[in-house]
Amino acid sequence: MSTDVMSSHHAAGHDHEHDHDSGGNTVFGFWLYLMTDCVLFASVFATYAVLVNHTAGGPSGKDIFELPYVLGETFLLLISSCTYGFSMLAAHRGAKSQALAWLGATFLLGAGFIGMEINEFHHLIVEGFGPDRSAFLSSFFTLVGMHGLHVTAGLVWMLVLMAQIKTRGLTSQNNTRLMCLSLFWHFLDIVWICVFTIVYLMGVAA
Amino acid sequence: MSHASTETGAGHGSYGSYAIGFVLSVILTVIPFGMVMSGNFSRETALISMLVMGVVQIVVHLVCFLHMNTSSEGRWNLLAFLFTVLIIVMLVGLAIWIMVNADMLMMPWMFK
Repeated sequence: MSTDVMSSHHAAGHDHEHDHDSGGNTVFGFWLYLMTDCVLFASVFATYAVLVNHTAGGPSGKDIFELPYVLGETFLLLISSCTYGFSMLAAHRGAKSQALAWLGATFLLGAGFIGMEINEFHHLIVEGFGPDRSAFLSSFFTLVGMHGLHVTAGLVWMLVLMAQIKTRGLTSQNNTRLMCLSLFWHFLDIVWICVFTIVYLMGVAA
Repeated sequence: MSHASTETGAGHGSYGSYAIGFVLSVILTVIPFGMVMSGNFSRETALISMLVMGVVQIVVHLVCFLHMNTSSEGRWNLLAFLFTVLIIVMLVGLAIWIMVNADMLMMPWMFK
């Protein structure tokens, strides 16, 4: 890869090189934003870990978590990570309609995930296990809800980006945006690994 | 790579890398869920293996989906990530240490 970089730097005209570098800087800057987002999530995970046993006589994780349901959510998100990857590969080939189709599939899978999560929250609140029941449930809703809000933001971004690609094509600007959203989307999948391990699996096993 | 790509530390990968990442992730997800759902394993075995498999799956995602590597253009991404991991370990570890100790001192009945 490094030899490719060298040769492209020598071969490319000055403007082109400038475009390249600003795109790379944008992606790197976005990566740094994601790192700060990691710290935000870590704070909420720490809060959850501190409060997980403070159930105030209410239910613990063992009583309310349904693992098969969570496994379904996990698979939706995992498959959406793959379809996003296929969209990136199609965009890299310059296949606009394929890239859009894979983005659409990713959007549907992500929307399915959010739908399942809203359904889960709704059930818990209807049963009286809302965030006001105990410190454990407050931190649970904060943590899982914050991940859900991130995914929702990613879905909105994806819709906007699909419209932009549709109207303006796979320009270098749109490719940079596609790259940033790719990092965001895969990052959210990684956060979800922490969520299902620490919240759901440890909650039921402990 | 056929295309000269200079995105800082974020390559495009290939169908192969996504396929490998997907298969490994499925395995590393199904095993801990199966262990907890079957209930055939002791608490300690289940906890340790789910944590180990969680960490391994995060690494799989970083390598196969985020294409993190040690190449020259990926180095700053990796350094930023490692620094963040250090911060997170301190943040989470120290928070739990302090708060669990405070709980034990003030609410000893919760730790019979």
